[in-house]
Amino acid sequence: MEGGGKLDTILEMRNITKTFTGVKALDGVSLKVSRDEIHALVGENGAGKSTLMKILSGVYPHGDYSGSVDYEGSECAFKSILDSEKLGIVIIHQELALIPYLSIAENIFLGNERAKGGVIDWHRTVSMAGELLAKVGLDENPNSLIMNIGVGKQQLVEIAKALAKKVKLLILDEPTAALNDEESSKLLDLLLELKKQGVTSILISHKLNEIARVSDSVTIIRDGKVIETLDNATRKVDQDRIVKSMVGREIVDRFPKRDSHIGEVILKVEDWTVYHPLYEDRKVINGVSLNVRRGEVVGLAGLMGAGRTELAMSIFGRSYGKRHSGRVFKDGKEIQLHSVTASIDNGIAYLTEDRKNYGLVLIEDVRSNISLASLPKVSAGQVINQGKENQAATAMQQQMRIRCTGIDQIVESLSGGNQQKVVLSKWILSEPDILILDEPTRGIDVGAKYEIYTIINRLISEGKSIILISSEMPELLGMCDRIYVMTEGEISGELDREHATQENIMHCIMNHQRGTKE
Amino acid sequence: MSVIGRLFKNNIRQYGMVIALAFIMGLFQITTEGIMFKPMNVTNLVLQNSYVLILAIGMLLIIITGGIDLSVGSVAAFVGAVSAVLMVDHNMSVMNAMLIGILIGALVGAFHGYFIAFLRIPAFIVTLAGMLIFRGFTMAMLQGQTKAPFAKSFQALAAGYLPFMDLRWGSLNVIALAAGVLVSIILAAVMLHSRRTKRKYHFEVVPLWLDIAKIAVIMAAINLLTYEFAGYNGLPIILVILVALILIYTFVTERTIAGRHIYALGGNEKAARLSGVKTDMVKFWVYVNMGVLSAIAGLIVAGRLNAATPKAGTGFELDAIGACFIGGASTSGGIGTVIGTIVGGFVMAVLNNGMSIMGVSVDWQQSIKGFVLLGAVCFDFYTKSRSQSK
Repeated sequence: MEGGGKLDTILEMRNITKTFTGVKALDGVSLKVSRDEIHALVGENGAGKSTLMKILSGVYPHGDYSGSVDYEGSECAFKSILDSEKLGIVIIHQELALIPYLSIAENIFLGNERAKGGVIDWHRTVSMAGELLAKVGLDENPNSLIMNIGVGKQQLVEIAKALAKKVKLLILDEPTAALNDEESSKLLDLLLELKKQGVTSILISHKLNEIARVSDSVTIIRDGKVIETLDNATRKVDQDRIVKSMVGREIVDRFPKRDSHIGEVILKVEDWTVYHPLYEDRKVINGVSLNVRRGEVVGLAGLMGAGRTELAMSIFGRSYGKRHSGRVFKDGKEIQLHSVTASIDNGIAYLTEDRKNYGLVLIEDVRSNISLASLPKVSAGQVINQGKENQAATAMQQQMRIRCTGIDQIVESLSGGNQQKVVLSKWILSEPDILILDEPTRGIDVGAKYEIYTIINRLISEGKSIILISSEMPELLGMCDRIYVMTEGEISGELDREHATQENIMHCIMNHQRGTKE
Repeated sequence: MSVIGRLFKNNIRQYGMVIALAFIMGLFQITTEGIMFKPMNVTNLVLQNSYVLILAIGMLLIIITGGIDLSVGSVAAFVGAVSAVLMVDHNMSVMNAMLIGILIGALVGAFHGYFIAFLRIPAFIVTLAGMLIFRGFTMAMLQGQTKAPFAKSFQALAAGYLPFMDLRWGSLNVIALAAGVLVSIILAAVMLHSRRTKRKYHFEVVPLWLDIAKIAVIMAAINLLTYEFAGYNGLPIILVILVALILIYTFVTERTIAGRHIYALGGNEKAARLSGVKTDMVKFWVYVNMGVLSAIAGLIVAGRLNAATPKAGTGFELDAIGACFIGGASTSGGIGTVIGTIVGGFVMAVLNNGMSIMGVSVDWQQSIKGFVLLGAVCFDFYTKSRSQSK
């Protein structure tokens, strides 16, 4: 140990303050990261985590903020992201920065090419990429295209890319947001392995169980300030305390209670089968039958790729797949849902899991996003009644408590939780009887999640029915009256509230998989 | 921040281009020693550019959906040629020939729309093909020659004036003056009514004096313009057609479900489809609409030249596209207004006109227009990135 105590701290950020045109995004934040630890950074969306990391990686250049950044014992003044990468600080963003049409090897060395005099040495590139892939435990040909591998594997490629840059301090922004449980756990194991090899990590995550599992310390940020840093060397950090610090209030119950008055069956799907849109011989949904009763929250559980989204979208106006067969009944009468409009007219709405790409017109304002699916309701013939439209949108904005400067605000500039409320408002305004919610709380913070749950309960109390698709088991268990488990495009189990536990859901999945393989 | 400051900032793009137009006109008024605002010149400005503006309106709808139409010049020439053959060679009546021309335009638009909307072929490629196809048809149909002359009534469409040209008050045409007064009264009434409606629904309105100032400026501009027309031959028929199209399309884009669907499609096609917008049909119809407007432009060009020529309409597509982008439309779709496009079109038109009067050679005119287009789009990016960082 040369250098003694000084080197125990790899990074120290002191008194960082950053303002955006008068608004303090960070207010005197100090962060100390020890060598060879996994340091978790948590906070609600907009708390300032990403801003802090952008300062660390040089995205916001020195001089743009006040305060100091000490790395490896010397003060840094990064002018760009290149400066920080030179010193071994690498950030992996939530939206992966890989080029889909290039190979794994090309992506790993992008901007860092193995070349002599500007000419790429392909042998060295591919063989070194192979070594790096082995290091991160990814069994793929370095020549495979990025577009042909899944998100979980892409995340590993990003880490390999960081290793190629001789990373010492790795920053991961929500690395497991798009991964299933198995992939997530693999990724977290890799972080622990890298830690042994001398890579320090800063992990930004909303998933408290993951943080509790791998991190050595946890720093909680709220409203641009550090609230506290907790030690987690024993892996026994108090998760409730983290939540309390994050939201600044005690959340007594993560899932609000509701009185359920479940009525007769309102929606019935029988023997629903759908084929893949491109490979027309492949069944994506196979003979699914399910029913939903009035005033009931029905969950759809399953691993990623089980076909839950595909099932929902294929029912909603055949928005997914080809060669649909099967029957859909509402209130006992068969209905035809050949188009989205037909579905909306029949009182079925679908809230997408991907609000940015499928849910919102980001460049338009709150008003027109809310009214988009209900224009005939605010129009006389083909002509929109602006007064009615404004009234409807304002009513939704107030009722859903969308925090915006007004219904004229462009939705792109809203936070994730408020964007989600806009999409939800759009569908509630269309007055559906059955609302399919696909990952309604993905990527939004704890406080906004609670509000979404409250909205679900309110809709239920108004006699509507909800199908809830979620990858977060506690959410399904906390919210649903009944859960269907989907496995490989089929229903592998149905559990009522008493029998719904994580273990039972996993049993359904595992038994079914075994059953199909035998 | 003060109301005016905020208002200006929110609408800097729109006002910016209007101010730029006023500035350019003022500049040319000085450099051309007063020729710019001579009644005859103002009238000519409208007559010369009407067809490009008509094309630009259709082009705007397409650009909002995220597409492009390169074929409009060729389609205009083709429709002009067909109607010329019908009228000159087959002695068909003007009305019938025009209706057939417009029908052909719609069919050509449907042809493009079919490939773009239903077969998902990129618009750039489909309309590039259309540009070649219909230019070829035009040349084949005219066999490389010019077809002329047309009946007086057909020429009047592009070069005629409203009746009672000689009804004058002093040297001024009474019809034009009256139209100016009438239009500005209607406009003021409409604006005040919309203000009242907003208040009824308790929405924020700008201070009354500001609205009144705005109305006063617009009234002054309208009456100044009609005064100019009154000093020459009165109101050109084509101006009436143009104003009607501007009003109709402004209404359609801003106040109807169809318009909202066009913007939503351009802003995010997938989200629009999942919200019940029939995206394929919307795309198809904007190209049919473009075909119809191309046909109208083609008839006007033929009427103005009093001949159908194989080279008619060459380069129109670029003027129309340029007008949209100068007028604030976004290359990635979802953004743009009819009135902005018209202002953009006039910026280009005034530049052409002013430089021609000054005797700037055609080569230089091209370059200067290029720089203006580039400058306008840069300005757009600058204001957008600034408003986003806030």
